[in-house]
Amino acid sequence: MSIYLNSDSKIIVQGITGGMGAKHTALMLDSGAQIVGGVNARKAGTTVSHKDHEGNDVTLPVFGTVKEAMAATGANVSVLFVPPAFTKDAAIEAVDAEMPLIVVITEGVPVQDSAEVWAYLQGKSTRMIGPNCPGIITPGESLAGITPHTITGKGPIGLVSKSGTLTYQMMYELKDLGFSTAIGIGGDPVVGTTHIDALEAFENDPETKAIVMIGEIGGDAEERAAAYIAEHVTKPVVGYVAGFTAPEGKTMGHAGAIVSGSAGTAQAKKEALEAVGVKVGKTPSETAELMRGILQSL
Amino acid sequence: MDLFEYQARDIFEKHGVPVLGGVVATTPEEARAGAEELGGGTVVVKAQVKTGGRGKAGGVKLAHSPEEAAEKASEILGMDIKGHTVHRVMVAQGAKIAEEFYFSVLLDRSNRNYLAMCSVEGGMEIEQLAVERPEALAKVAVDPIVGIDEAKAREIVDTANFADDLKAPVADVIRKLWTVFTAEDATLVEVNPLVRTEDGAIIALDGKVSLDDNASEVRHPDHEALEDKDSADPLEAKAKENGLNYVKLDGEVGIIGNGAGLVMSTLDVVAYAGEEHGGVKPANFLDIGGGANATVMANGLDVILNDPQVKSVFVNVFGGITACDEVAKGIVGALEILGDEATKPLVVRLDGNNVELGRAILREANHPLVTLAETMDGGAAKAAELAHL
Repeated sequence: MSIYLNSDSKIIVQGITGGMGAKHTALMLDSGAQIVGGVNARKAGTTVSHKDHEGNDVTLPVFGTVKEAMAATGANVSVLFVPPAFTKDAAIEAVDAEMPLIVVITEGVPVQDSAEVWAYLQGKSTRMIGPNCPGIITPGESLAGITPHTITGKGPIGLVSKSGTLTYQMMYELKDLGFSTAIGIGGDPVVGTTHIDALEAFENDPETKAIVMIGEIGGDAEERAAAYIAEHVTKPVVGYVAGFTAPEGKTMGHAGAIVSGSAGTAQAKKEALEAVGVKVGKTPSETAELMRGILQSL
Repeated sequence: MDLFEYQARDIFEKHGVPVLGGVVATTPEEARAGAEELGGGTVVVKAQVKTGGRGKAGGVKLAHSPEEAAEKASEILGMDIKGHTVHRVMVAQGAKIAEEFYFSVLLDRSNRNYLAMCSVEGGMEIEQLAVERPEALAKVAVDPIVGIDEAKAREIVDTANFADDLKAPVADVIRKLWTVFTAEDATLVEVNPLVRTEDGAIIALDGKVSLDDNASEVRHPDHEALEDKDSADPLEAKAKENGLNYVKLDGEVGIIGNGAGLVMSTLDVVAYAGEEHGGVKPANFLDIGGGANATVMANGLDVILNDPQVKSVFVNVFGGITACDEVAKGIVGALEILGDEATKPLVVRLDGNNVELGRAILREANHPLVTLAETMDGGAAKAAELAHL
């Protein structure tokens, strides 16, 4: 078991012929993920060549539309490596095709576009992860995104994070224990999947024994997640929040990582999490140690 | 990016929002000329700073003649308002105000849509109104696809309890402000006050606009001209020219890392380590992003080493997709490019993809300024220690 993604997931790549798309298609194949094709309207009917994780040649078809790709391959996940100006249309195309899961890696998507896509997929069957995220990995089973599959393997920890590199760092710190699924939800102000969504899924996943939640300054997602944990999560949760030293009013890389007034500070988030019994580490290493302690006591 | 009031005024005008005449001035002489251009009558001289409370701070003054406008401008220019130096004033036409209202529309992160807020009690700080008289502040959710159409504008003015004869004209201005919000890709458009003048016109008297940087990059090349290059920190300006994601802070340990989250975390870990080493703090945020090559590293190091406050540098990279050997080559290459200009100690912590190759490259280069660290916490402690020497 895992959340959102497993060894049966059939993945297509929107933007498979672009530089990022090609590079990460190769890496996803190398992880053992089932990549079944791609989409590029201007290159429909062509193919791209890669190697699978055993080194065998694979030839992937390029389709003109997501709908055609789904009909031909049975794909149920789409990973988007589409330039920011075209991300909205690509995502809406996938929603219209009733793609169950779309993972939007693209960085720099205008926030009004993200808000529009979010509004558009209400009441429809698609879950969106991202934008501006590393995607999702179920180690040993599948990878939809850019998380390195070589850091660690399968295990009992579920991880949800706004940040890509902090996800990698945490997986590395706990590499001896392994992960059920690690999901990077992205650092933008509007994202399709939240900490709460992932917490709910991990709570319902029998393979996940404990959860690491990584947050950062900006917005109130962590505070809301804390309230959700108090009500709905029975599994142990360990937290980490980045950005204690971030000054007010400055954007720290992630469009969402900006402190405005008293709301959204790292301290406020840490306190909200601790108030509901979540142990919060001061550093990534300390957070990993807290998780280690919890798993040993289970 | 937050805009100055005069820039917001110009953008409002461009999209048909009724505003009064306004001229920006950087000298008393320009203020005099501006007042003359506006007819020579009564004007308001307003400090242009990106912070609230300028009225209370004495940054808004009435002038009854062009001479007086120049005088008031000379008083206001150079003032410090909450840490912001006033470099410009706006000379604005005076208005006979009958009533003051409030309107804003902004991105609502928590609900992933937009929120329109409106009140017939404008003028005061909206945070204060929201706390003291929440019932007087109408909050209406706006669907990002439908937007503020006629029905939504009507709902907003109804909820805010505007007098019947004002509902249509205010709704009309609200729809124009919605055009500003979408056409310019704003995350906030706020008018406080929105006024009714004695002769019955509805006018946006003050405006606050925040633009979405992603959208500006993707589809608004004209927004670059709105950047406040004068007040930008020179190191930040230099970093921006080189496409680096850099924020100057007040500390001694220069930081370079990959990925916004990891770099923010690195700042925190260095600040904790600094508590043991004379209270040294991180000097900056610098995210080199994925796939750092020698040029990016050199540009980054160049910016950081040019910060006179910096005493040591901590390079903290987790190679996810980025290969550590590339980063190591980048560091060695950067030090070669910088030559004698590089004088401050570097602590380098590499982990992840190709870490052994990366460490080997640094060991082989054996640069006297470079110390290798095994862990993030250990590297932070070493860099803090070196900054405190």
